[in-house]
Amino acid sequence: MKAIGRMLNQLRPALVITRREVRDQFRDWRIIIPIIVLTLIFPWLMNFTARQLVNFVESYGAPIIGDRLIPFLLMIVGFFPISISLVIALESFVGEKERHSIEPLISSPLRNWQLYFGKLLASLAPPLLAAYLGICVYLVGVYRQVGWVPDMMLLIQILALTAVQSLVMVSGAVVISSQTTSTRAANLLASFIIIPMVLLIQAESIIMFWGNYAVLWWAIFGQIIIAILLIRTGVAHFNREELLGREFDTLNIRWAWAKFSSDFVGNAKSPLDWIVHEIPKSFRRLITPVILVTSILLLATIIGGTQASRFQLPIDAFNLENLGAGFLEGLDEIRFFSIGSIGTIWLHNLRVIALATLLGIFSFAVLGIIVLMLPMMLIGYFTATVASAGISPWLFLTAFVLPHGVLEIPAIIIAGAAVLRMGAVLAAPSKNTTIGEAWLNALSDWSRVMIAIVLPLLLAAAVLEVFITPQMAIIIFGN
Amino acid sequence: MIVTEDLSKLFGDFLAVDGVTLNIRAGEVLALLGPNGAGKTTTVRMLTSVLSPTHGWARVAGYDVVTQANKVRAAVGILTEQHGLYSRMPGDEYLDFFGQLYGLDASTRQKRINQLFSLFGLQATRNQRIGEYSKGMRQKLALARAMLHDPPVLLLDEPTSAMDPESARLVRDSIHELRSAERAIVICTHNLAEAEELADQIAIIRHGKIIVRGSPNYLKHSLLGAAEYEVKLAVSLNGNSPNLPTGAQLTSLGSDWFRFQVNQPEVINPQLLATLLSDGFPIISLHEVPRSLEQLYLQAIQAPDESNRSHA
Repeated sequence: MKAIGRMLNQLRPALVITRREVRDQFRDWRIIIPIIVLTLIFPWLMNFTARQLVNFVESYGAPIIGDRLIPFLLMIVGFFPISISLVIALESFVGEKERHSIEPLISSPLRNWQLYFGKLLASLAPPLLAAYLGICVYLVGVYRQVGWVPDMMLLIQILALTAVQSLVMVSGAVVISSQTTSTRAANLLASFIIIPMVLLIQAESIIMFWGNYAVLWWAIFGQIIIAILLIRTGVAHFNREELLGREFDTLNIRWAWAKFSSDFVGNAKSPLDWIVHEIPKSFRRLITPVILVTSILLLATIIGGTQASRFQLPIDAFNLENLGAGFLEGLDEIRFFSIGSIGTIWLHNLRVIALATLLGIFSFAVLGIIVLMLPMMLIGYFTATVASAGISPWLFLTAFVLPHGVLEIPAIIIAGAAVLRMGAVLAAPSKNTTIGEAWLNALSDWSRVMIAIVLPLLLAAAVLEVFITPQMAIIIFGN
Repeated sequence: MIVTEDLSKLFGDFLAVDGVTLNIRAGEVLALLGPNGAGKTTTVRMLTSVLSPTHGWARVAGYDVVTQANKVRAAVGILTEQHGLYSRMPGDEYLDFFGQLYGLDASTRQKRINQLFSLFGLQATRNQRIGEYSKGMRQKLALARAMLHDPPVLLLDEPTSAMDPESARLVRDSIHELRSAERAIVICTHNLAEAEELADQIAIIRHGKIIVRGSPNYLKHSLLGAAEYEVKLAVSLNGNSPNLPTGAQLTSLGSDWFRFQVNQPEVINPQLLATLLSDGFPIISLHEVPRSLEQLYLQAIQAPDESNRSHA
């Protein structure tokens, strides 16, 4: 009881901040008018759209499209008002810095987290409330017009999805705000939130039209993880030193290059010295991420294995006694197994690593790791599938995976670890270095292991995959 | 009330504040003078626990600025260079908001807000949005915010800038009152006349380092040398130098006046008057030549940089 009282006492200053900010928002017509439009007029427009489209698709005998469209529009009605939360958050955090009103605030006996939490809540609450109100308006309208009532679980999913999307945008906006000193710069950097969010909405739209709503829980779960990482990063950077220490938004490319190249070269005096002394240093820094990525990929393999019973292949698809080029081509089609040239295989693997790195940069490594999990899930899936067809999974792995996997999988793990480290330094910055320095250091480690370990390993794996694996498969399973 | 020892702040490889040592007692006003970018604001920010010192330590109102940061912030009232007011908020709501942040209960907040609004003559505009306030009114409101929780320590950056003479006088009187009420006050200002009027101690900071510190009289004596006096005669000197006793040094000469510097005026000046009279020079007046803080400031600032700092 005492602890709750203490906690509420600590929360009070944060709520004072929230109250002031919300009042301030309601005094700003630039925020109020869009909220009203998106809360009342937009859902009405969506109702109209839903009715027209349902009538249209029914007249062509495709009512399933209408069935999918109404929940999809429900999600969109929720998303539009929360898109304002990004603007509010940028205005609240960096706007305050720009107008210098942050200094009296941080000179008061507020704790960093109280200020952060107060502002986070203020940026979330009005748009989220508007989104929920908009959803209510839409649901009432759609019930009156076409008699549609959402499944309770779907409604919970949409409400949760709306909340986590808003949280991701706001917590992302705080991270951006902590790295800029003007709303102009923050708005430019906001594309780092808007673009991934738009891609996410597209992916969620596919799920909504697919009609497999259970998958939405994964989207919600993934975004909760991203939001936690963003909040962790935001709290780490939202401190008095950072807020006042950064005076300019200059991008110092010369400095960045100097820092990167000095970290990349290290103390090496020759390429050999670099490989012998510097690469092990980078590798040592990657030991924890390597352990984590190995565990995650192992988990991915197990998850893939569990899906074999859900998505069953026809039994005759595994007539390994008649193993031939056709079967290998089939595996190549689904990217399980490549039978192209060494260059093709190598470039394909490099493309995957590049995609994982690029997505990892935008998502604290989360999406990057998911990309690397996919081939392992596929391995798990096929291994479990052949096991259910009565074939030894060990033999299958030895024939199709191990010959080149013995080099390719470690390469993927090391690349994944370097991507993970680049994400981790953003989420948990060191006290004695700036976020830029820490990230450039992680990037130099990524470049080092890519050049010295991953690329050669993948090249060697490609050679094995072309010359050894098919032979091994034929020796073990061939006639 | 404010004690610092070797307080330093490094931003990257730039040393913004270099070994600042201060001691300001309750009821004392320190004027921190220096050109723009000298390190005044960074020093004040460290004293408010907004920035942590890279080296050295500071205690404000008995609290350590690093380990007891929140207690320091609760004990300090700050007027920042940029007031940072919320333009859409009414004045009284603004003070009420900060009163809540400083943990004042509702009745204390109301009492203090009424007191401060009437002290600064803002009663009539208390319900107006701050955006509608004049520059001077905003300055007063920011000052009221700094004084709201009646802190034992006040750090005021340009407290009378943008104010009309009457308002500036009002603020200076308030600072005098606060000093009488045993508050420790640091003023950062470019208004040297104001600093001279208010300050018990003056510290001039350049390139992050305090180059001189002491009472205005002590600094004048130590920087500008011995006091200078002017004698006005009833007759012309006809280009001749007057006969001065040992210890008095002629500094300038006019047709019927001259100036001299003296280390012991209480001993030398009576001798000098007697000598002049005996030499047949009737005297109209003898007075000390006033020396401004500006002279002192310029001399300190323009002196060659003997410190070994700038970039670490």
